[in-house]
Amino acid sequence: MSTIEATGLVKHYGEVKALDGLDLNVPEGTILGLLGPNGAGKTTAVNILTTLIMPTAGTATVAGADVVKSPGKVRKRIGLSGQFAAVDETLTGFENLDMIGRLYHLGRQTARVRARELLDRFDLADAGDRPVKTYSGGMRRRLDLAGAIVAEPPILFLDEPTTGLDPRSRTEVWQVIRDLVAKGTTVLLTTQYLEEADQLADDIVVIDHGLEIAHGTADELKAMIGGERIEMTVTSPAEVPRAREIVAQYAAGELQADERSRKVVAPISGGASMFRQILSAIDDAGIGVFDIGLRRPTLDDVFLTLTGHSAESEPAAETEEVRA
Amino acid sequence: MNNLMWAALDSHVIAKRNVIKIRRVPEVLMFVLVSPIMFVLLFAYVFGDSIDIPGGSYREFLIGGIFAQTVIFGATFTGAGLADDMQKGIIDRFRSLPMSRSAVLVGRTASDVIYNVLSLIIMAITGLIVGWRIHNGFIDAALAFALLLAFAYAFSWVMAYVGLIVPSVEVINNASFVVIFPLTFVANTFVPAENLPGALQTFAEWNPVSSLTQAVRELFGNIPPNTPEPTVWPLQNPILYTIIWIIVIIAIFAPLSVNRYRKPR
Repeated sequence: MSTIEATGLVKHYGEVKALDGLDLNVPEGTILGLLGPNGAGKTTAVNILTTLIMPTAGTATVAGADVVKSPGKVRKRIGLSGQFAAVDETLTGFENLDMIGRLYHLGRQTARVRARELLDRFDLADAGDRPVKTYSGGMRRRLDLAGAIVAEPPILFLDEPTTGLDPRSRTEVWQVIRDLVAKGTTVLLTTQYLEEADQLADDIVVIDHGLEIAHGTADELKAMIGGERIEMTVTSPAEVPRAREIVAQYAAGELQADERSRKVVAPISGGASMFRQILSAIDDAGIGVFDIGLRRPTLDDVFLTLTGHSAESEPAAETEEVRA
Repeated sequence: MNNLMWAALDSHVIAKRNVIKIRRVPEVLMFVLVSPIMFVLLFAYVFGDSIDIPGGSYREFLIGGIFAQTVIFGATFTGAGLADDMQKGIIDRFRSLPMSRSAVLVGRTASDVIYNVLSLIIMAITGLIVGWRIHNGFIDAALAFALLLAFAYAFSWVMAYVGLIVPSVEVINNASFVVIFPLTFVANTFVPAENLPGALQTFAEWNPVSSLTQAVRELFGNIPPNTPEPTVWPLQNPILYTIIWIIVIIAIFAPLSVNRYRKPR
């Protein structure tokens, strides 16, 4: 049984097509990662599924309830943590969670106990009685996540839960999400980071311009786009063609070379030992290298492979999304 | 529990949150308290001595108008507060919760009454210092303050609606001036309505801000003894006319705002 099911979701803002026929399917107890650049329609999809906005066309059910016809039922079963931590800055962490608990109708006593419990669990106990404006970005995000699970909803929507966080806070938030899912929560997570989807999601839907462009498990996607990338910057543009020639012999997929940035990038398989081979081949050829490294594929690589263009954000579409 | 009970409880939770915010951001409170003092002093000393009201004091005449104007300005906080919550994404969180759809607005308009209570207290004290007096006893005075608060409450529903449709806090501050200035100036707040020319006079005579001001002046006993009787019905029956407006404004703008809040865009 799917806990989140959307068919042909369309949302138009005048000329801008934020969503253009998106299907989603999240089975109970799994995480779906909705991966895409800014303006791809991720937030719009979340806003429709959480009853904040109406779809122009298409249908969606969450926990068996139709988001347009019975939004009240949907709201009882979901928790939402938005892209911009929606916590009240002037209230303390405790007051924020207590208020949300009251508004979920947990009752005065239960709301209080639950607020303290969550502050403990999210490592905010010491800061619990300080106004949120004194919190760091990571603390705010954790508080926002805590707010989403105050009533232990079976379904969670996390809209870019780690955007703008430093690596350490990001790892913390990931751990929190993993713990939640271990308890059986169903999660729809949007992200711009391939690594995040890879780390957390059972199933990944890549979207661009409001449409699905790829769908599969992290492994299936990696098979599609190749694994690690070798990325090198040579010392002069004149070296690029020669470097390209050498790397091409070892590349596991399509190679990109750009003389202006003096960069050669290619997917390779075989990890460190392959990297060493390429390194010595380059060295033997006497090509001057400014910088060379092995890195994991990024959202950009996914888009280049799948669509032939890089993951450019569209400012116009993004402002619409934010306003909505 | 039934829906109405939940709506009341949810509104209480929201109002409580707003009260905490009032306490924690003393800058706003300072402004709320200082601007009435400024208004009273400004009008009392700049205009108060330069305009003659036969048989009475312009300063006493003014205070009722300043009370009315200030509580109406106070309603702007409702719109600004809502616009701020919208901008910061808190409203989206509220809208995703299984709470009553009217609570955010009912709680907000209720907690904003505090601003007006405080500014009325401050204005009354300042007024007493500069020579304004209550001549008609306690009950009439209490009624006058109640009328001011009730009208301000109704008007905060208008601003709530404005707060929900404008995109940001900056816009609401400008938008509210467009509404509030004509309402409070084309009225008998600072000059007798009969002194205004043609169409403005008619507007002023039927303007609820005029009837509110008139009602307050009568209840405080601030109308000079040989002032001619008003010639239009609203100013002859200012209390009744103001109460009708209070009911009509709430009846229109409360459902309109709740509907706007409830409806997914």
